[in-house]
Amino acid sequence: MTDAAANAAGPSRTIQYGSMSRDRKWALRWSYFFLVLFAIFFLMPPIYMLITSLKTSAEISAATNPWWVFSPTLDNYVALLTQNQFLVFFRNSIVVSVCVVAVSMVISVFAAFALARMRFWGSATLATGVFLTYLIPDTLLFIPLFKMFAFVRDTFGIELMNHWWTMIIVYPTLTVPFCTWIMIGYFASIPKELDEAALIDGATWMQTLFRIFIPVALPGIIAATIFAFTVSWAQFLYPLAFTTSTDQLLLPVGIITTLIKGDVFNWGQIMTGALLGAAPPLIIYAFLMDYYIAGLTAGATKG
Amino acid sequence: MANISESVPVATDSSRSGLHRLMQRKSSIAFLMTLPLILLIGVLVAYPAGYAIYLSMLNKSMVRFVGLGNFEFLMGRDSFWAVVYQSCLFAVTAVIFKAVIGFVVAHFVHNIPAKGQRKWRGMLLVPWVIPPAMSTLAWLWLFDPSYSAFNWILALFGMDPVPWTGDTSWARFSVILVNVWIGAPFFMIMYLAALKSVPEQLYEAAAIDGANWWQRIWYVTLPMMRNIIAITALFSLIVTFANFDIVRVLTAGGPLNGTHVFATWAFRVGIESGDIPLGAAVSLFMVPILAVAAVFILRDINKRGNEA
Repeated sequence: MTDAAANAAGPSRTIQYGSMSRDRKWALRWSYFFLVLFAIFFLMPPIYMLITSLKTSAEISAATNPWWVFSPTLDNYVALLTQNQFLVFFRNSIVVSVCVVAVSMVISVFAAFALARMRFWGSATLATGVFLTYLIPDTLLFIPLFKMFAFVRDTFGIELMNHWWTMIIVYPTLTVPFCTWIMIGYFASIPKELDEAALIDGATWMQTLFRIFIPVALPGIIAATIFAFTVSWAQFLYPLAFTTSTDQLLLPVGIITTLIKGDVFNWGQIMTGALLGAAPPLIIYAFLMDYYIAGLTAGATKG
Repeated sequence: MANISESVPVATDSSRSGLHRLMQRKSSIAFLMTLPLILLIGVLVAYPAGYAIYLSMLNKSMVRFVGLGNFEFLMGRDSFWAVVYQSCLFAVTAVIFKAVIGFVVAHFVHNIPAKGQRKWRGMLLVPWVIPPAMSTLAWLWLFDPSYSAFNWILALFGMDPVPWTGDTSWARFSVILVNVWIGAPFFMIMYLAALKSVPEQLYEAAAIDGANWWQRIWYVTLPMMRNIIAITALFSLIVTFANFDIVRVLTAGGPLNGTHVFATWAFRVGIESGDIPLGAAVSLFMVPILAVAAVFILRDINKRGNEA
């Protein structure tokens, strides 16, 4: 019985090995072929942004091949970067993003440390609550926030509407829950022996956090920082709903509301602005890709 | 856990009070550490979420309580049901295509030699990194009625220009296409991470048993990746259902309100037309589907928490 099976398998096995390696080779070729197709699909819009940003208005409206630049020029870049308004948008966006990153990292590192290591009454519920908060979208909150700002103005005399710095207050609601969540995951993966040893040696909780947890979980902190930066840089709904004057706009809203004037689309400048607006996250991604991807996958694979 | 630190004072005489104080100190420090988080969530997330429910029960000038009047008003309007239909169509179609494309691309990346994978992965994730409002602008320009670069290519093949954002059906197709373009790379990254975690021995065993590639995917890959597939799809469903940027920039809800989803319609009604209660009521219609998805995600997380 076994002999027969072995005999039957014998000759067919060598053939299968040969066909398997041939299959492999073809699978590889097809993989590269489709990867090239998908790469074209995924990279086409940003490349088209670059192409358009290098054209003059005359060339954009000419009936030539739109996928090629016949007379490249940097006029659009010069025009935008010397335009005071655009620089104000850029400055607003940078200040807001940096402040939001700082605020969210401070809040989430402390909270994640307490939730991961210092079990206290209600800590498990709070951890779940943090995760639930992450699932509440900005599109559900902008209308009540809009009304709350009016209430704050009427009661405390503080005008929150139409100020770019209001975003520093509201953006952490989008970044803190996820940052806390992935920091809990990173902190929980640190061996307990490490902090127990520190506590035996007489370290306070604060020393344990700063001397052990933060250095050991540094990759997690970098991933969370990148996440907070990309989210606050890309946020579009809140500034659109809460700011109107041109000197208070953030970059994405600024580009869309000021460069599109009525039916006159200055596409060269719009694409230049969009590319410059996309540049900071892209540059960070280019240099810190592994941390970026670690942060992306941490949400679902850890926890 | 921190038992060791607490057991240190036990040796001394004042053990009881020392231990007690230490415990108290630990929990009060922990509470202080989480206080900013609790305040942030309480004031800027939980309170507004509850406030939205109250707001949705006021009349337009917000002086009279109308109960469920706004919801009744919405239910009786065809334009609202069109938004419900479009929101579901948009979210479900986009998530399915994102999941399928992400799965396929993840397999292709996984197939090629390991040293080239990083480069391809890096390139393919670019749409996810660019702020959606900015990349949608590029799509808007690609879809431009008179200078569309796509139509130029179609013209090379002698085809008629396509009204990408001018016709309701095409506009619906366009917003889904842009959403898939932005979201598929995220699925690809998640699935690629999941594929890497499937033990190679399982495939070897399947190959020895004579399984073909389809059987390997169906009986090995899919069951091993089931959790990641489900949780990624649920996450994406929530985000897609609540999407604002793409529809707002690409079509602003047009043509003829054909592409409005809940978020953009709530913005139109609540902020632009100034009927805050009605806008709040519209946005609250997102809650049921979000709640269902959240329950499933939480169940999965608790299950895995118990296994660990």
